[in-house]
Amino acid sequence: MPEIKVTPLGAGQDVGRSCILVSIGGKNIMLDCGMHMGYNDDRRFPDFSYITQNGRLTEFLDCVIISHFHLDHCGALPYMSEMVGYDGPIYMTHPTKAICPILLEDFRKITVDKKGETNFFTSQMIKDCMKKVIPLNLHQTVQVDDELEIKAYYAGHVLGAAMVHIKVGSESVVYTGDYNMTPDRHLGAAWIDKCRPDILISESTYATTIRDSKRCRERDFLKKVHESIERGGKVLIPVFALGRAQELCILLETFWERMNLKAPIYFSTGLTEKANHYYKLFITWTNQKIRKTFVQRNMFEFKHIKAFDRSYADNPGPMVVFATPGMLHAGQSLQIFKKWAGNEKNMVIMPGYCVQGTIGHKILNGQRKLEMEGRATLDVKLQVEYMSFSAHADAKGIMQLIRMAEPRNMLLVHGEAVKMEFLKGKIEQEFSINCYMPANGETTTVTTNPSVPVDISLNLLKREMALGGTVCYGDGFLVSSEQALKELGLNEHQLRFTCRVQLQDPHSDPDTLHRIYTHLKSVLKGYTIQHLPDGTVMVESIVIKVSSSAEDPNTKVLLLSWSYQVTFLRC
Amino acid sequence: SAALHVDLCKATNSTDALQYLLQFARKPVEAESVEGVVRILLEHYYKETDTSVRLKIASLLGLLSKTQGFRPDCIVDDIINTLCNEKSHQVLAQLLDTLLVVGTELPDSPAVRQRLVQVSCKHLSDTYFGVRNKCLQLLGCVGTWKDTLGLLRDVQSIISDYFGDQDPRVRTAALKAMACRLLSDDYEQVRSAAVQMVWVLSQLYPESIVPIPSSNEEIRLVDDAFGKISHMVSDGSWMVRVQAAKTLGSMLQVSPHFLEQTLDKKLMSDLRRKRTAHERAKELFASGEFSSGRKWADDAPKEKLDTNTVNLIASGACGAFVHGLEDEMFEVRIAAVEALCQLARSSPTFAEKCLDFLVDMFNDEIEEVRLQSIHVLRQISTHITLREDQLDTVLAVLEDSSRDIREALHELLCYTNVSTKECIQLALLELLKNLNKYPTDRNSVWKCLKFLGSRHPTLVLPLVPELLSTHPYFDTPEPDMDDPAYIAVLVLVFNAAKSCPTMPALFSDHTFRHYAYLRDSLSHLVPPLRLPGRKQVLGLDPVDSGSASGSVESAQLFLQQSLNRISTIQNLEAPGAQDLLNFTIRDVQRLGHLQTQLSGAADFCATYLRCQLLLMKALQEKLWNMAVPLCLKQNVTATAAARQILEETYKLEFLYGGLENRQIATIHHVRLQAKALQLILSARTRQGLDPLISSCEKFLQEIEAFQRSFLTELPHLHDSFVDKLLELKPRISACSSVELVKILQTTLRQSGLLQLRLPEQIHRATATIIEPTGESDNPLRFTSGLVVALDIDATLEHVQDPQNTVKVQVLYPDGQSHVIHPKPGDFRKPGADRHRLITQVYLSHTAWTEPSQIEVRLLLSYSSASSSLSSSKHLGWSDSSDGLQSPEAVVEGTIPFSKPVKVFIMPKPARR
Repeated sequence: MPEIKVTPLGAGQDVGRSCILVSIGGKNIMLDCGMHMGYNDDRRFPDFSYITQNGRLTEFLDCVIISHFHLDHCGALPYMSEMVGYDGPIYMTHPTKAICPILLEDFRKITVDKKGETNFFTSQMIKDCMKKVIPLNLHQTVQVDDELEIKAYYAGHVLGAAMVHIKVGSESVVYTGDYNMTPDRHLGAAWIDKCRPDILISESTYATTIRDSKRCRERDFLKKVHESIERGGKVLIPVFALGRAQELCILLETFWERMNLKAPIYFSTGLTEKANHYYKLFITWTNQKIRKTFVQRNMFEFKHIKAFDRSYADNPGPMVVFATPGMLHAGQSLQIFKKWAGNEKNMVIMPGYCVQGTIGHKILNGQRKLEMEGRATLDVKLQVEYMSFSAHADAKGIMQLIRMAEPRNMLLVHGEAVKMEFLKGKIEQEFSINCYMPANGETTTVTTNPSVPVDISLNLLKREMALGGTVCYGDGFLVSSEQALKELGLNEHQLRFTCRVQLQDPHSDPDTLHRIYTHLKSVLKGYTIQHLPDGTVMVESIVIKVSSSAEDPNTKVLLLSWSYQVTFLRC
Repeated sequence: SAALHVDLCKATNSTDALQYLLQFARKPVEAESVEGVVRILLEHYYKETDTSVRLKIASLLGLLSKTQGFRPDCIVDDIINTLCNEKSHQVLAQLLDTLLVVGTELPDSPAVRQRLVQVSCKHLSDTYFGVRNKCLQLLGCVGTWKDTLGLLRDVQSIISDYFGDQDPRVRTAALKAMACRLLSDDYEQVRSAAVQMVWVLSQLYPESIVPIPSSNEEIRLVDDAFGKISHMVSDGSWMVRVQAAKTLGSMLQVSPHFLEQTLDKKLMSDLRRKRTAHERAKELFASGEFSSGRKWADDAPKEKLDTNTVNLIASGACGAFVHGLEDEMFEVRIAAVEALCQLARSSPTFAEKCLDFLVDMFNDEIEEVRLQSIHVLRQISTHITLREDQLDTVLAVLEDSSRDIREALHELLCYTNVSTKECIQLALLELLKNLNKYPTDRNSVWKCLKFLGSRHPTLVLPLVPELLSTHPYFDTPEPDMDDPAYIAVLVLVFNAAKSCPTMPALFSDHTFRHYAYLRDSLSHLVPPLRLPGRKQVLGLDPVDSGSASGSVESAQLFLQQSLNRISTIQNLEAPGAQDLLNFTIRDVQRLGHLQTQLSGAADFCATYLRCQLLLMKALQEKLWNMAVPLCLKQNVTATAAARQILEETYKLEFLYGGLENRQIATIHHVRLQAKALQLILSARTRQGLDPLISSCEKFLQEIEAFQRSFLTELPHLHDSFVDKLLELKPRISACSSVELVKILQTTLRQSGLLQLRLPEQIHRATATIIEPTGESDNPLRFTSGLVVALDIDATLEHVQDPQNTVKVQVLYPDGQSHVIHPKPGDFRKPGADRHRLITQVYLSHTAWTEPSQIEVRLLLSYSSASSSLSSSKHLGWSDSSDGLQSPEAVVEGTIPFSKPVKVFIMPKPARR
């Protein structure tokens, strides 16, 4: 039986450094190639030595597919392609291809220039890596080679996020990347057709959550921000440069406009302007509202949101600042947080998921004293709010996707083990399909039952096929046995089964035979029984002969002989 | 199990056995002993002769096979065997039901499935409907599993064969089995059709009870269908989602229990089962299972419960509306809002629950959705009282830049109930802010406050001193009477004071003066109050309640009597007829002023009578007896009268709505008379025969056209002008034109007055221009040769098809006039028979030396071809082309139907 093998190198029972290897129909595919936010050592990249100990990866991988531009999905790409070595095709959607290098460059700057790490990829490597990228369009079927084809579906989540349908022959796998089943202010909802893949590899970040209505959340968020501003406090919203940031910007922008508020909104880093530019560009990837109105006014041209300068953080009076990165683990958001943490009027709103080990995770868990580098401690007095704005599918969304795609097997990645376990139970109970949740480096094998297409000549089909003795020959073409023998130049062989039975009978051989004949005639009614002149009895195609043994004439030996077809019939 | 065996052996007769079985059914059975029990039961089953006991055993088998950890595949054969030997139809049906249970327990075994399909096919030919029913159910259930394609096809065709069954119950089952299967079809059109099919079924048989495959419980079909359609709200295709959301709105018979679940995503109770109290208690515990995502780290999985009760997908109906309202496509959102509205209107409790969701929709990104949800909230507002925080969210929308939204919100506030005085204060504050920001909303805001005040007098009362800024000891400065904000406050207070007699005691002196002023200037907003020390002028108040309804009837009677009196006039030359007409016209017009409900009818009568009067006067002129050259002057007045009558008839025909064919015939009759008059006059004045002949021919054609189009009305026109003419028709068509004129002259003078019969309702189309007001003294300056845009805002009432008929006319002082046709998009329809025109007209002119006024008015255009002949409406395209079209020349014209408004403009010469 053919098998599909799935091995997560990252994101197996974990969030971060997504990297999943799939072997399907003799093809090896790497899905995503991300880094881990929680580590600063070698663990931040997937362990590529799993694939090969030494040398380049090109000969082991048929293609690499990147689902979207978040660093935990593409952060290790230059490392893999340039430092480990991979020259094959890399597939990503157009927006991902446009935005990905910006983020990688930013990431590189922080790691190399700020922290002074060496042995890291360079700008040139990012450029070289991006040269290997082949862009994908939504719903466009791309032939990687003669057998392997991939197709991208809209996934919501962030601009350009895609789910991929990978197909070899009749076997197929769908990888969701990160996706979102509820539309938001700037992106639509994920959608897939009923492609019935053999395995659906789905993220499960919110495996145990069923979220409230989106509007409810938005109202809450606006209310919290508004109240804090009216109190004269400063609001820090740590975000990743792209994705949630844009949604929240649109939300606040429209709110500011409607309520006629004057407090400034800032957005840190020049990176965002570059990114916003792409958001304006890839209008077809956004939601219905923005698509329909961009001719009059592009929603990403903000009126109230200005660029942030470091000195503004000390300005008096209320303000809202979006700062990167989103988990408060480094960079500007952390600097601002340190400045503002002492004042209880201020507020920090964490709009998304925080990986364990980050400061975001710590303060969300209620820690009020933080240890900073160099033994310093920081008292956290400001209010900490959590608002699940991250655009991952919740439990109900995951179930909805399963219902849409109708997979034969389910595989969960990109989530915490305990939560996965829970969802796994639900899925197995609900859909009666197998659900797997391999850890990193663990291989899941799923046997498939592919249908093999076979051509047949019309003549042969017209003849009854039941006992035709046809053989499969060549590339799945059915021919009759005679023709096959002729073409192969072989003679036909007869296979007969024989059996001896000893009897005690004083009569002569012909007499015994006659007695057997009359006996059988009386017993086996409805069968053709012939007494042939050459001293044999034929029952249908079974031949019976009688001979005396040499030593004792009274001992008769019955010789029965039948062809193999008869054996089949009897069974 | 041993005990059972003993019991069953002991049982001597069937009643005893049944008792034992019933007792047994209440006890739990462990998974490992199930098989033994089943064997014992089967053994007893074979021996038993009584059908009721066999029935019970069969149902027990079904129950047992649902036991956790027991795989019922071993008993399938036994059941099928018994099935073959069973004679009783009821038991057969029960056994099939058991198989259904077994089938759902073993979804992954193709062999079992194959057998089940075979068995059910075999029994489909049973004579008892129950058995056929069960078979179809079984097929529907088993066939839905992914399977070899061939089997599926079979099942489909087998089920569809039973669409034509003689028994309606079987047909229902067949359709249902099919529809439910098709809900998960691959193609969206099929799914969409299936949704409709399920809906139709649920409407046809809402109360029939259907079993649930996964349990032995039963629910109403409409509830089941509701659950299934709710499920489709999260379908992959948005067309299906729209369809499903719309359909949900029309399922009003659904139980409240199911309805409320559509608003809660997390409630995991599956819709398919009525639950025992015990189960519900468990569920309360279980509902903490999923976190809401609002708090950090509350999503750690809690203790795992018996997951059988918690069902994620089967409970698709949970939160159907939550999904629908946050759908990606605004079409789905609108459909969901509409569905919510329909359901909420029939269920007050549901209305209360969906309030929060609707209020949330005010924040939608698409204006259409916001508008729709405001309208919906207005429609259900009788059921609800807004809390302060909800009101806050609602009022925030007042700052919206879209005029439609603001006005919809004002209308909503007119109908809302609020609970506290803080709410009133909040609403007033926000409305004043709105007034300040958008002064054009003045009328709408005042109207809104009027209703707000009259709805909540007791809540306004404690606010009065603050609102009027009075002080117990000091005199406060008198506010400016022209301040719209102050007027707004007064409107609120006065309307509240109407039903709160203690309030006027809190007013200061100037308030009373302002009351008197406003009562006169804005009488539609300020109600009459019983104020101390003021004369009651109740009798003169036309809007005084109580006698209002009675007076409508009496007024109607009066109108009718006046008309009857007119009918006494024998012919147009009768003496005293003119005076009678004059008086009646006066009476009727006055009546129209007093009784606004009858103003349309009264106006209509008056105009009609005036036509008759004019005709009468024209005929009585002495000129008829004089020689032509001597009476040139009188001739001119008669010609003018004829023209005026013609104009009036067009007004009668097109300005009034609600006319029946009879009235139209009458109007045309008058027109014919006027034309006859014209013909006679022209025959007298003009020399030469040729033009006369052609106009005579034309007139004859018109008579024919009249006869053709009002054939059914001719009997009512007895003794009239036309009637007489038609009698003489053979003579007329033969005679010369001079003779014809003579005949016309005599018939016209002898014909009687045609009596007018009023239809049920007549409405006069009216238009009021709200903007521009015509009060401004500042001229609109612009450079000549360029254009200036003038905003026009007008309300139209009782206008049919305003998009095609209403035009704007601009009259310049030099007599130049422009007619502008507004875009169809400029018309909005805020209510029945009401339209609102908000448009811009462009003005331009050559330079003037000083500012001057232009006139703007609305015109109603008409075309006699389109609507004059009601019969021609239903002529097809081909009919109209073959000469049946009335030969009467198509008359197109316009009727001014609004008061002209003057606008001061000043085109300046262009600077070089």
